[in-house]
Amino acid sequence: MELFTNQVLAGIATGAIYACMALAVVMIYQAIDHLNFAQGEMAMFSTFISWQLMQWGVPYWWAFPITLIISFAGGIAIERLLFKPLAKAPVLTNVAGFIALFAIVNSVAGLIWDFTIKQYPTPFGTSPFLGSQLISTHQAGMIGVTLVLLIALYFFFQFTRIGLAMRAAAALPESARLVGINTSWMIALGWGMASAIGAIAGILIAPVVFLEPNMMGGVLVYGFAAAVLGGLSSPLGAVIGGFLVGVFENLAGTYIPGIGNELKLPIALALIITVLVVKPAGLLGRPIVKRV
Amino acid sequence: MTAMLNVKDLRAYYGQVQALHGLSFALDEGSLTTLLGANGAGKTTTLRAICNMVRSTGAIEFEGKPLTGRSTENIVRLGIAHVPQGRGTFTTMTVEENLQLGAISRNDRKNVVADIERMYEHFPVLKERHTQQAGTLSGGEQQMLAVARALMLRPRLMLLDEPSFGLAPLIVRELFKILGKINREDKVTILVVEQNAQLALELADQAYVIETGRIVMSGDAKDIATNEDVRKSYLGY
Amino acid sequence: MSAAEEVITKAPAVEAVPKRGMTLGLGASLVMLAALIIGPLFLKNFIIFQMTMLLIYGLAVLALNILTGGSGQFSLGQSAFYAVGAYTSAILMEHAGVNYALTLPVAGLICFGFGFAFGQPALRLSGIYLALATFALAVAMPQLLKLGFFEHWTGGVQGLVVTKPDPPFGLTMSQDMWLYYFTLAISLGIYIASVNLLRSRSGRAFMAIRDNEIAASAMGVDVALYKTLAFGVSAGVTGVAGGLGAIAVQFVAPDSYTVTLAISLFVGMVIGGVGWLPGSIVGSAFIIFVPNIAEHISKGLSGAVFGVLLFLAIFLVPHGARQVAIVAEQLVRKLKK
Repeated sequence: MELFTNQVLAGIATGAIYACMALAVVMIYQAIDHLNFAQGEMAMFSTFISWQLMQWGVPYWWAFPITLIISFAGGIAIERLLFKPLAKAPVLTNVAGFIALFAIVNSVAGLIWDFTIKQYPTPFGTSPFLGSQLISTHQAGMIGVTLVLLIALYFFFQFTRIGLAMRAAAALPESARLVGINTSWMIALGWGMASAIGAIAGILIAPVVFLEPNMMGGVLVYGFAAAVLGGLSSPLGAVIGGFLVGVFENLAGTYIPGIGNELKLPIALALIITVLVVKPAGLLGRPIVKRV
Repeated sequence: MTAMLNVKDLRAYYGQVQALHGLSFALDEGSLTTLLGANGAGKTTTLRAICNMVRSTGAIEFEGKPLTGRSTENIVRLGIAHVPQGRGTFTTMTVEENLQLGAISRNDRKNVVADIERMYEHFPVLKERHTQQAGTLSGGEQQMLAVARALMLRPRLMLLDEPSFGLAPLIVRELFKILGKINREDKVTILVVEQNAQLALELADQAYVIETGRIVMSGDAKDIATNEDVRKSYLGY
Repeated sequence: MSAAEEVITKAPAVEAVPKRGMTLGLGASLVMLAALIIGPLFLKNFIIFQMTMLLIYGLAVLALNILTGGSGQFSLGQSAFYAVGAYTSAILMEHAGVNYALTLPVAGLICFGFGFAFGQPALRLSGIYLALATFALAVAMPQLLKLGFFEHWTGGVQGLVVTKPDPPFGLTMSQDMWLYYFTLAISLGIYIASVNLLRSRSGRAFMAIRDNEIAASAMGVDVALYKTLAFGVSAGVTGVAGGLGAIAVQFVAPDSYTVTLAISLFVGMVIGGVGWLPGSIVGSAFIIFVPNIAEHISKGLSGAVFGVLLFLAIFLVPHGARQVAIVAEQLVRKLKK
């Protein structure tokens, strides 16, 4: 029983990483209706920017907000420059655009900062949290930040005018324009916010997985999976999905014999697909009703 | 007196297909005008062209300002509210959120709350359901919501695209009564596109009849309603 | 009035590609074929090998095109089917001593069954969810191939070496050239069969599902059957491509068939034009040659150069090579007038 509790705790700790990433995924999915494959790479790049700032002697608590601002602006710039011209292109062409962006960001980061892994500091410390060896103060801090972020997003979307406008633009672009919302800029704003949230995710994840250009590869897949599991239309679902994926992955690794590290990911994905077959809109997602 | 909305030689296209062939008309401030015509005559296209939602050429002026080249959202911000065909309800949001969205481009936030209350006076059924998801409303209620949402803009001009579509006759009468009231009391100029010609002509003071993208008749609503030829050949009742 | 005329000569609507829009005119097809037949006679072996790969990836892109362009289903897991085909051929050749040419139909059939089976649970998923499911398959495949359980057959992480076939009937040509013509013949056969498939009753059913699933089922199309069938056919063709790939490269290993391959094939489809079968070869050329060109331009930044080139391509022609073909066709028509 103790083993079980411990594994669940450890799963929650890893799940926090996925939850954070999933939140960024849902954010951009809400704004643009696509899964952005380059999201993880953008988060990685942001994390490198903060690392570079710290290398130049900027203290952590300055580097953090500066990075967020740069990421926000960067996200908007990418949308305006690269994806606004594709707004009228077919969906699959946009997906190809994400793949191109992925290749560019990954390659540029590799050139600037090379592929050696780098230590990344944590503001929360790495001592055991509440006496548990399995969950460190950093991971506890990460869970805390994710939850705060979730609540902040909830308030933003429910109670601010711009949040309402963003929701309207995502739900029904044409109607949104007819009440005077500039939907094109709402999309750009969505990119900016997703990029900033991705930066937070990257900065929180980096102390655990170490900093390098490929650090987000696996994390993003889990983030997507978590977001899909929770229902792509629900930020709360994404966070819950993240924790569930983390816990399941750990339990499967412990209790099912023969699952090495390598089979963890396929097994986790298989579970998610099973859930989707039963509940196609995800755990908390709104079912999409199609009209003939 | 110059007209509030002046449309000259409007031509609109869907891809390569031309849907409007040089439409010209004008709306006087405070008037209630109806645009009649059969299916596919170009009524909806005309409204969409005014809001730049379809590729078009020609000159459209609203209160002296040309609308050409403005984006849909900028045209709306000038005070033109458009109740689209199919109502465009934000179905996943609550009734109240839908109303707030109607006023989202206004800067006088203080008055918005009061305006929502006024809408509840016009449409009491919306007050009863203000926390419900808009998608759960009946067709008639959604149409009321769409009109209310448009009014939240405090528009100078309101464009309505077949508000009677799919509604029971009694509800249509009620809706039209409210439209008349809004036109008289709130001084909102209204252009309503209708297939239900009889009812629309009762309500309106001006009327245009269009056929395959051209205006074939215009004049006082009363005259058109009593003109036998028009009724038989264009309005079909 | 010329409006009506213009409608007819104008490009068809973008997403829903009509049947006729899926192929190339007869004249253009013959020119293309002649180039593919005569070309290698003047080329070096290495380039012939690359042209063989061009055809093989072209087949794999074509398979994805049948699935996505034909039936509207999306897959990021084609690498898994490709791997199964490759391993089937390799194992049959190396462990059972089966002739290389005979392994291909087996690879195709096994993959057809695999794809058909996978299509069953995938039925309930669409769009992004289907993408994730197929993606999971692609991620799992290399790991499954590495499992100790199959190691006796698959050679585990090491993979298997495949013998390159000699030209038959005492023909005097290099192995590479023979393999090229062999591949060309098979590709041609599959291409013609695919075109006919999409023009057949089944093809119409695919397209009806793609354009409106509910309406299709209301018209009596067995949606479940045809969706899984599309998966099966696509997987089968991919399997044949995989088998040919194994023979051409003379080697199979788990890490040759990662998600990267699936993503490449997807990019190839977009570049070629979704739903336009002849575009598959253009897409294949893009995914084979552009990374090389990128590497050539800058070693350290090859990924970035590739990304930029891909962006350029989709900015210029968002609908892929099909768009170029349509413009060219209109030009030709204008010149003729």
